[in-house]
Amino acid sequence: MNLTLKVWRQANSQAKGKMETYKMEEVSPDMSFLEMMDVLNEQLMTQGIEPVAFDHDCREGICGMCSMFINGEAHGPDRLVTTCQLHMRKFKDGDTITIEPFRAEAFPVIKDLTVDRSAFDRVQQAGGFVSVNTSGNTQDANAIPIDKHDADKAFDAATCIGCGACVATCKNASAMLFVSAKVSQYALLPQGKVEATDRVLSMVKQMDEEGFGNCTNTGACEVECPKGISLENIARMNREYLSASLKG
Amino acid sequence: MAKQDSKIPEGPVADKWNNHKGKINLVSPANKRLIDVIVVGTGLAGASASATLAELGYNVKTFCFQDSPRRAHSIAAQGGINAAKNYQGDGDSTYRLFYDTIKGGDYRSREANVHRLAEVSTNIIDQCVAQGVPFARDYGGLLDNRSFGGVLVSRTFYAKGQTGQQLLLGAYSAMNRQIGRGKIKMYNRHEMMDVVVVDGKARGIITRNLVNGKIERHGAHAVVIASGGYGNVFFLSTNAMGSNVSASWKIHKKGAHFANPCFTQIHPTCIPVSGDHQSKLTLMSESLRNDGRIWVPKKLEDVKAIREGKLKPTELAEEDRDYYLERRYPAFGNLVPRDVASRAAKERCDAGFGVNKTGEAVYLDFAAAIMRYGKEQAHVKGLDENDAVLVKKLGQTVVRSKYGNLFQMYEKIVDQDPYETPMMIYPAVHYTMGGVWVDYNLMTTIQGCYAIGEANFSDHGANRLGASALMQGLADGYFVLPYTIGDYLADDIRTGPIDTQLPEFEKAEAAVKAQIEGFISNKGKNSVDYYHRKLGKIMWNKCGMSRNAKELKEAIKEIQELREDFYKNVNVPGKADEFNEQLAKAGRVADFLELGELFAKDALERTESCGGHFREESQTPEGEALRDDENFTFVSAWEYKGVPAKAKLHKEELNYEEIEVKTRSYK
Repeated sequence: MNLTLKVWRQANSQAKGKMETYKMEEVSPDMSFLEMMDVLNEQLMTQGIEPVAFDHDCREGICGMCSMFINGEAHGPDRLVTTCQLHMRKFKDGDTITIEPFRAEAFPVIKDLTVDRSAFDRVQQAGGFVSVNTSGNTQDANAIPIDKHDADKAFDAATCIGCGACVATCKNASAMLFVSAKVSQYALLPQGKVEATDRVLSMVKQMDEEGFGNCTNTGACEVECPKGISLENIARMNREYLSASLKG
Repeated sequence: MAKQDSKIPEGPVADKWNNHKGKINLVSPANKRLIDVIVVGTGLAGASASATLAELGYNVKTFCFQDSPRRAHSIAAQGGINAAKNYQGDGDSTYRLFYDTIKGGDYRSREANVHRLAEVSTNIIDQCVAQGVPFARDYGGLLDNRSFGGVLVSRTFYAKGQTGQQLLLGAYSAMNRQIGRGKIKMYNRHEMMDVVVVDGKARGIITRNLVNGKIERHGAHAVVIASGGYGNVFFLSTNAMGSNVSASWKIHKKGAHFANPCFTQIHPTCIPVSGDHQSKLTLMSESLRNDGRIWVPKKLEDVKAIREGKLKPTELAEEDRDYYLERRYPAFGNLVPRDVASRAAKERCDAGFGVNKTGEAVYLDFAAAIMRYGKEQAHVKGLDENDAVLVKKLGQTVVRSKYGNLFQMYEKIVDQDPYETPMMIYPAVHYTMGGVWVDYNLMTTIQGCYAIGEANFSDHGANRLGASALMQGLADGYFVLPYTIGDYLADDIRTGPIDTQLPEFEKAEAAVKAQIEGFISNKGKNSVDYYHRKLGKIMWNKCGMSRNAKELKEAIKEIQELREDFYKNVNVPGKADEFNEQLAKAGRVADFLELGELFAKDALERTESCGGHFREESQTPEGEALRDDENFTFVSAWEYKGVPAKAKLHKEELNYEEIEVKTRSYK
């Protein structure tokens, strides 16, 4: 396939960025999107142009590091995949593809398509854990049976990979889907219930301090989430937050 | 040849760990506050060690090259984690897990370490459940198990096909708690460039901030390397793109011995290579072999028809299929250990039975499992068990609930629906059993420098069993290192903060800067990846699934030439003081180019076949691996002497007191 790429180039966080246009020839439909970017970078280097910086690591859709906004969609046109699992067969010969970083006030650009998502880490540090020491001297793992449906729901919420597609997609740059997935995982399990009140209050507080926007229930985050994290989690977090606020 | 002192405690193997814990020195809580520990890497081992050390009261500084500690590649582990809980009542025990691991490792691992691993395995599950890790459960609310290769019990705990993710996020959350308390200082997007050794002790590291290129000095009383394995020396592997050997290699060059570099695991079930553009390979979990049956056609004309697209695999009659693992290994069938399964796949493909256009693929077929589960479901629900369409549908639902994410991943990559047609798989580099040599306390041959998780060599011998990597990572980090490190640090309570102005820091920093300057000013004609790919080809073709003296000697020579060419002609664009991925990669590939040579040298010296290391010169008439216990029951620990070619071999003799060394058979 022959493609025209329009790629966001920005030297560093202070510099002004702009779109650059690059032509690519003979792209194999079996390539992943990032493999296509590898080829682009090899091509740019032979032309003496600096390669495009982008985040990526596992290339199997689980580490959450890749983060491209492709043709106006987080992780591109395919559903339930990250950019690294998006394959070129989803595009047509002659297509023009626009590639931008995940944009949000809380995700400043580091270089080109690379952004700083450490705000997510700080939200987790505010309460995304169970306060149990790692001595191993806890009770037997089977001491508390957990309803399979709850365990499965907790698992579904816990599969969030922290990529930030929800934030990049949301017109308000809200992180509600991300935060609610963590809150839900613990709220559904007996081990997490002990600290549930403090957890939801401090995580939401940190979320607000990081500059993420409010949720206006458009549901775009769920559509673009590569792991299919459900909006139900946001509803559950709202419930948790309300009851915690009343207790507090 | 010098001897390695593994510091294995006295006494019967089952009592060693308990006795040792009772006798080693401790650091008082008040004194722990005066001690700094550096941890490099935030996978299962690094994250769990960081969290536990911080909880104990040490000041921890943790480093990862990714944008968040949660990205470490442990996250991609799929199938599960072993523990000798015996919840299924199928005869499991600490001893059996110990025995299986030693046997699976083809009698090339250290008994005392492996027994300790089996002992603490049960704590891991308790710990993770207490942290809120959502393991799979059955309808009674209790934990579910599955089976993995090389064992006859169900001891693997899992969270669908995302067990590594859930365990890593558990360890990450434990770390977050300590970061929030200020006990861990986390450095994201930082790469360790070198270790600093002062008076024979590891006293800090030099790092590069990957965002702005700043070179920094960090002092500490001990340094823990938890940076994973070196499978990316093959370029194509199931490792993450950033996975590298550099932290391990830097300490090797400063005095840490490197053990058994040639022990590499080639995983039997990965998605086959599709073309030259390929940047990495994707694993399909071993857990799939619980339900998937592996086969190739019996007749070459069927192979030809399938390759030409004239015949579909689903159209081939049962009697025309060769379920070669079930045929060759009736006792273990499709669940033979990884090394055995990989070699068997290669054997069939080399004989011309590969089923894709490159001839390097075999089938992993779920049709039988789908029908079996479907029948069971139909029976439970009181529906017609003879309605094939219904049964298939019900069966697919069961398979989806067990392996849904893996099937989806396969479909996205290959563009075929594995519910309807068998998966195509082929072996790929996955894990490295070799690594930094450590003693029983997990200390390397540099005082105060430790290696944990995949970065060390200790527990898996010449072949790792499935679902044991997660177990070892968390065992080392949560339950072993936090004890043993105290024994060393007890002598450091009066040392005070480490001065990073010492000449040793100065010198290490200057060397790092000089290397970077060298790369940037080189202005060569080839990209870093050009060299990495070339190295990978040499490794795969000559140090891969089967090895011989002639090709290993060629590999050594070719790697030496490639390394020379790399320093002359590599092109690293951009500047040193900015975000520069090519520069970071250049440093990593430079280290792979040295490790690769040591790898081949180690493989050449070990003229026996064992585990994942298959020497063509050493096989039985049936083509099975033939060990040479008389001459090779030892760990090869290599000491750096300027260049890999001059590395000096030290031997740690392996003594089997508890387990009788036998020929490994899965027939």
